[in-house]
Amino acid sequence: MLGGMLTLFFHITLQISLPFAVVLAILVSTAVGSLFERLAISPLKDAEPIILVIITIGGSILIRGIAMLLWGKDTYALPMFSGSEPIVLWGATIMPQNLWIFGITLIIIMANRFFFYHSIIGKAMRACAFNRVASSLVGIDVKHMVFFSFAVSSAMGAVAGIIIAPLTMTSYDVGIMLGLKGFCAAIIGGMSTGIGTVAGGLIVGILESLGAGLISSGYKDAIAFIILLLILFIRPQGLFVKGDAERV
Amino acid sequence: MRKEYDACDGYMKKEMLKFFIFAAVIIIAPVFIKGGYLMNVLIFVGIYTILAVALNLLLGLAGQISLGQAAFFGLGAYLSGVLTATYTVNPWLSMVIAFVTVGAIAFIIGFPILKLRGHYLAMATLGMGIIVYIIFNETVDLTGGPSGLSGIPHLTIGGMIFDSDLKSYYLVWFFTIVVILLSVNLASSRIGRALRAIHDSEVAARIMGVNARLLKVEIFACSGMFSALAGSLYAHTVTFISPTSFGFNVSIELLTMVIVGGLGSIYGSFLGAAILTLLPEFFRTFQDYDIIVYGITLIVITMFMPGGLVRGVPLMVMSVYNKWRPPSGPSRQGG
Amino acid sequence: MLKIERVAKIFGGLKALNDVSFSLAAGEITGIIGPNGAGKTTLFNVITGIYSPSSGRVFYEGKDITGFPPEKLARLSMVRTFQGIELFSRMTVLENVMVGLHTKSQSGIIASALKLPGHLREERRIRERASYWLEFTGIIDLASTEAANLPFGKGRLLEIARAMALEPHIILMDEPAAGLNSRETSDLAELIEKIKDTGVTVALVEHDMELVMEICSRIIVLNLGHKIAEGTPREIQENEKVITAYLGED
Repeated sequence: MLGGMLTLFFHITLQISLPFAVVLAILVSTAVGSLFERLAISPLKDAEPIILVIITIGGSILIRGIAMLLWGKDTYALPMFSGSEPIVLWGATIMPQNLWIFGITLIIIMANRFFFYHSIIGKAMRACAFNRVASSLVGIDVKHMVFFSFAVSSAMGAVAGIIIAPLTMTSYDVGIMLGLKGFCAAIIGGMSTGIGTVAGGLIVGILESLGAGLISSGYKDAIAFIILLLILFIRPQGLFVKGDAERV
Repeated sequence: MRKEYDACDGYMKKEMLKFFIFAAVIIIAPVFIKGGYLMNVLIFVGIYTILAVALNLLLGLAGQISLGQAAFFGLGAYLSGVLTATYTVNPWLSMVIAFVTVGAIAFIIGFPILKLRGHYLAMATLGMGIIVYIIFNETVDLTGGPSGLSGIPHLTIGGMIFDSDLKSYYLVWFFTIVVILLSVNLASSRIGRALRAIHDSEVAARIMGVNARLLKVEIFACSGMFSALAGSLYAHTVTFISPTSFGFNVSIELLTMVIVGGLGSIYGSFLGAAILTLLPEFFRTFQDYDIIVYGITLIVITMFMPGGLVRGVPLMVMSVYNKWRPPSGPSRQGG
Repeated sequence: MLKIERVAKIFGGLKALNDVSFSLAAGEITGIIGPNGAGKTTLFNVITGIYSPSSGRVFYEGKDITGFPPEKLARLSMVRTFQGIELFSRMTVLENVMVGLHTKSQSGIIASALKLPGHLREERRIRERASYWLEFTGIIDLASTEAANLPFGKGRLLEIARAMALEPHIILMDEPAAGLNSRETSDLAELIEKIKDTGVTVALVEHDMELVMEICSRIIVLNLGHKIAEGTPREIQENEKVITAYLGED
């Protein structure tokens, strides 16, 4: 949400050109995410997961509320990145924005892969996910890694919001469904940073569109959650992750 | 051992006293309120208190997070509403049907859901809540969809219809008091201890013979049934229901109420429900700000007053009192 | 009264237990020792139902209990304590022990919610019994302390009191002396003897050799998932394989 709204703000209100507005929006969103982590998450690092879940919910409500105060409740349209003329490819019409979405998503996926598997920081973060204590014993600063992960995910969330905004409009209220479905996709694919999560997202997206066509579009939103429940009941570790979920 | 006997009976007496004072205040309150808008709001405080207490049993006592309580609230409301408005079933009977049906649903779905922990459980209950909400919206023929369901009859006893604010107040609060009594009893009993044991260390609880799996599902069903009761009462009091009253936002509000009041404290849930229902009314002009207040409140209370107001306020008072009180005993004279 | 037959437990690539068999006689204190990683805690976890064995069987009082979950074993009067004590930290000392009496009481949700007279009588009895076990372990004066605030040694005693409240036929203790100083350890030894004198069978995983040699009548030695020796304390002290396992080839 912040991605889309901030880009609008920078581009339209402050008359900054679109590419710079996008970059600024990403930076500010990242800053917000990082600030939240510093202020609200890291002081409570030892609390139960429930508490942390509640805090993040509180944080999201707060950010939404501030956005509403700043920009009101209206919906806005972000201009398409390269015009609104549909392109015809092999008999099918595609909006150019879709190509942008596809392309940028691909770049992000590849960047992720590179970052988490081939860079020191990325590997350190994965280590923390596996075993916090061991990681700190080998010299990884876990606090920094947590901070970093918040920053990175805020940035990516902002990008997602920006590339979608021209198509689906944006307001202070968007992003919740998207974020929740993203979470579903992560759990469905398996909480790793590899192809699994990406595949999860693809599966959810495709099944949702298919469902919208076959059943009614009203139930479309439910599809992601139904799949989520099924996966959690049958194979909680996700479709693409090996191994057992803990028993005791 | 003598000491333990006395402590036990003393504790019980204290609990009973607290309860009777609370009930008495509730019963006498209307005399001072002289009806009107405030009375109307207090009815809702009663309904949300039931919901908050139900969530507290699950979250505060057993430690199982649920972000989908609104689903049971809504199921109770819609079952009652549809049965009475569309099928002209007797309202009391439909309330019982709703109560039992939602209990059964919660029991069945509880088994797979409560195998999960932490954020997985949170997501699953969230998903459940959203799916139910979408069903309310989409089954237009049955529920009226987004435009809602109207024409739900009031409850009646003999010739008396519960249609005025005063009568509805006593109707709703009767059930609220019953739910509070049952919950307080439950919390201080063998079952309450077993639930808290599961919360603190499920492994150790199982070693002691607590059937954690079954008990978690049972309390989940219990919580669902109380929520459904609140839903039925809501339907018969406002006579019109629509899906927006049972969405994700409501689940979050309930969560906030429980946290603010104090996890694990039944009276705290009342406090949380009261504050979060009354405060927005006082700040009507700042209606839009309530969403920010929720967010800040959640964060601040969770960070600085983890026990909720019920524990935090006395602690705060104590620490202020200790700072201001002149030191007793011989005072240190320099080095 | 407890028989382990060819029990094996495999985790992914790791064979934590490999063809382990032995029996424990009733009313005795048996020690289970071995270097770190020998599989002692895994063995306990298999016996007490936290894991299912990959193969092999466990017999208890003549019954095949292989794969029974912990709550079922509690009703069969088997209990254990944990290496890192698993207390109910937000409950008082007394309440912790009262949970130990869960299997000795019946009130369900409905009876509890309605505070039926039977329930009230039962509550009184539970408190009484719980107090008894606190006196037995010597921590009755801490009854209303919150468990999280206990010093470590007292926390151990609480776990034992809670386990005894279940009135077990057998109690399996996982490294009860870990983290205790020598005075606390000798108090522990006395307590374990006291427990044995009430007729309860005790099985003890331990690293503290003095304690083990002093109170155990029989010792079983594990190393790398295998049982390598079994016998009286004297026999074990002189056993070559045991010495090698602990000190390495010389």
